[in-house]
Amino acid sequence: MENKEKVLMINPEKCTGCRLCELVCAVKHDGVSNPARSRIRVMKWEMDGVYIPMACQQCQDAPCMGVCPANAISRNDELNTIEVDYDKCIGCRSCVAVCPFGAMGFNSIDRKVFKCDLCDGDPQCVRFCEVGAIEYVDADDVAIFKKQEAAVKLHATSHKVALKEA
Amino acid sequence: MALDRKIAYINLTTGEIEVKPIPLDVRRKFLGGRGLDAYLLLNHSKKGCDPLGPDNPLIVSGGILTATCASATARTHVMAKSPLTGLLGSCNMGGFFAPEMAWAGFHHLVIKGKAEKPSYIYIHNGEIEIRDAKNIWGETTTDTQWAIRDELNDQEIKSLVIGPAGENLVVFANVMTGIKNAGGRTGMGAVMGSKNLKAIACRGTMDINIAHPIEALEYNKRFIDQITSAKVNKTQGTLGTPFIWGATNSWGGVRTRNFQYNQCEYADDIEPEAIDEICEDTMGPYHMSGCFGCQVHCRAQYRIPSGPLKGKYDEGPEYTSQGAFGGETDTPRAETVLVGNHLVDQYGMDNLETGSLISWAMELYEEGIISSKDTDGLDLKFGNDEAVLEMIERICFRKGKVADALANGGIPASKTFGQNSFDYLIQVKGMSNLHSDERATPALALNIATSSRGSDHLRSRPAIDLYHLPEKVLRKIYSSPIPYEGPLSSEHTEYIGKAWEVFWQENCYMGVDCLGICKYHTTFLGATLPNFEDWPKVLYYNTGLEFTPEELWDISERCNMVERLFNLREGLTRDDLEKGDMINHRYFDEPCRRGAPDVVGLTIDREKFTVMIDEFYEHKGLDKKGKPKAKTLKRLGLANEPSHML
Repeated sequence: MENKEKVLMINPEKCTGCRLCELVCAVKHDGVSNPARSRIRVMKWEMDGVYIPMACQQCQDAPCMGVCPANAISRNDELNTIEVDYDKCIGCRSCVAVCPFGAMGFNSIDRKVFKCDLCDGDPQCVRFCEVGAIEYVDADDVAIFKKQEAAVKLHATSHKVALKEA
Repeated sequence: MALDRKIAYINLTTGEIEVKPIPLDVRRKFLGGRGLDAYLLLNHSKKGCDPLGPDNPLIVSGGILTATCASATARTHVMAKSPLTGLLGSCNMGGFFAPEMAWAGFHHLVIKGKAEKPSYIYIHNGEIEIRDAKNIWGETTTDTQWAIRDELNDQEIKSLVIGPAGENLVVFANVMTGIKNAGGRTGMGAVMGSKNLKAIACRGTMDINIAHPIEALEYNKRFIDQITSAKVNKTQGTLGTPFIWGATNSWGGVRTRNFQYNQCEYADDIEPEAIDEICEDTMGPYHMSGCFGCQVHCRAQYRIPSGPLKGKYDEGPEYTSQGAFGGETDTPRAETVLVGNHLVDQYGMDNLETGSLISWAMELYEEGIISSKDTDGLDLKFGNDEAVLEMIERICFRKGKVADALANGGIPASKTFGQNSFDYLIQVKGMSNLHSDERATPALALNIATSSRGSDHLRSRPAIDLYHLPEKVLRKIYSSPIPYEGPLSSEHTEYIGKAWEVFWQENCYMGVDCLGICKYHTTFLGATLPNFEDWPKVLYYNTGLEFTPEELWDISERCNMVERLFNLREGLTRDDLEKGDMINHRYFDEPCRRGAPDVVGLTIDREKFTVMIDEFYEHKGLDKKGKPKAKTLKRLGLANEPSHML
């Protein structure tokens, strides 16, 4: 079977801000509850009711990979993830500094960088997010899903305008 | 490990701070959260202490499962002697505070004394500081939280705060966290205010080890599936609690015009769907939000759609605000409910108590017991939206004779207003009832009469009693984990077996409050949701502690008895209208005038009500006066309280 590239698709509008994704991420990877260890974090603007989950985008031209002086970061073509080889990692945190999404973390307890590994193909954040704010989809489909959502909004707007004019 | 979270004793007078572990034998007797809070309150307060004096201990906690890999372990509990009732003060709220406190290393705080000047407590990774709060004193509940984040330069800080109402010692001021998560009842905000304590801020990045992480994760998934599959929770997640108000109002269980009617008419504007439409119009299609780790997401987001406060953001309104600022005052207008909700959130004042007291004052105004002279010209008549909103502000800032009296609570206010004003006050133990009308539902009447914190639905309400479940189903729920072979009735207007239902629910709710889990995740609104049989696994996977369902039942019963012991010590007597397990005479004397055909004309039967109380006492192991029998205390391991284990 063809190995289709799958990615996390985040829809912040659907996020309820509950942070269950942070909890299950830390429990799955480290066996503890601690958002500081979570690969995904929900950024909040509470006074506006806006919640945005932030996670690794597994970039094609990943800045973390480019900046790493020890060549410890590489692409896993099978899972389409960016991986850290801890045998090579020197803990300089250049990757943390350069990531445009803040998706590379540094765990000050274990003194190691850490990032999303898509749970080897079964992302727990997706599994536990009942509202579907985080989905795991074929990379090719992301654009069409976004098109559909945008179209729904356009339709709703035009429908409202039509109603107002009527 | 959840079990290595500590207890801190903080003395605001001396600045002394002592941190101790919580011994395992204490955990096995009281678990944590509300149950252990009750034990601490009984042990750290003296009989007759002044609720607003430095000796009243303010106890803040998370449950034993807070922030572990269990579902919706978001709840924060606060306890002290109540300045509203003079009895048990106890409130519980969602949000993100208790988890942050657990990641900062603590499960329980016992705060004593009084700070010399406005202060706040900052807790971060095992460290505790008492800091100057002069820059935030006077601020609203949300501004206080944002100012603390800015001052400490950390936007992840979660704070438990009071607003102006707590500073002004309004005896039903609440404690708040986030936008609208309120520890609403019994005036814990006034206790904080009396200690010059503006806030408790937490920030933590300490691991909580999960005893069996993979099993905990998988069990949590199963738990969540069970919880989200319940129809009632799906509805909660779409419409929020307003759906309960709509459903209850439809058959005639909503207090209107204080207690004159049991159904609010012409309420289309505040029906759940109408409120939801405002949320959607102002916040978009995805306008529900959730507390920590919760997939029910019952908290709606809205902006005030019109009027002078148009555009202001808030969350809710809960059904209690529909009741408080819509039904009871007979002002069923969305803008009034949404603005009223916003004002009490910002001021830090209990919406239930506020609305209930305003509607009581409106009835007194109608009866001529208070006049427009007393209200400084405000036309305090039912249906006057502006008067409702004006009164909220006046109470918070104690402006004028009537509002200032109301800010002291219903019973003291009745002494100020004089005549027979007390007869109109819908309260138990000094705390006003929420908006529900229990005249057609004896089980619910028993619940409010005997609830440990006064007239309230969240301590023992058998809400599923309204569903007319077949007796077989009721028996399956109510005879586990302790066998029950007595009578049960599916009929909500009946008195048969209701005492057992209330007793069972009292233990069930104490159970979730000790665990730190939300009541929407147990047998409250949904009959199929987890309870005693399911909790041992969650506890074991997360903490490694082993319990049987029966042991958890015993713990709940024990903790409820500790609350009872506190109330008895502070003066609870069975039939006392001010401090007892007794409801207002109007429940017995004034029939329901509206609602479904089987509701119209109903009152509570005084004789049958007395029998229910007798039965309830019997189940609890109390004598006819409501005091525990010696053998009950021995059975529950409470023969030597206060025992000062912690």
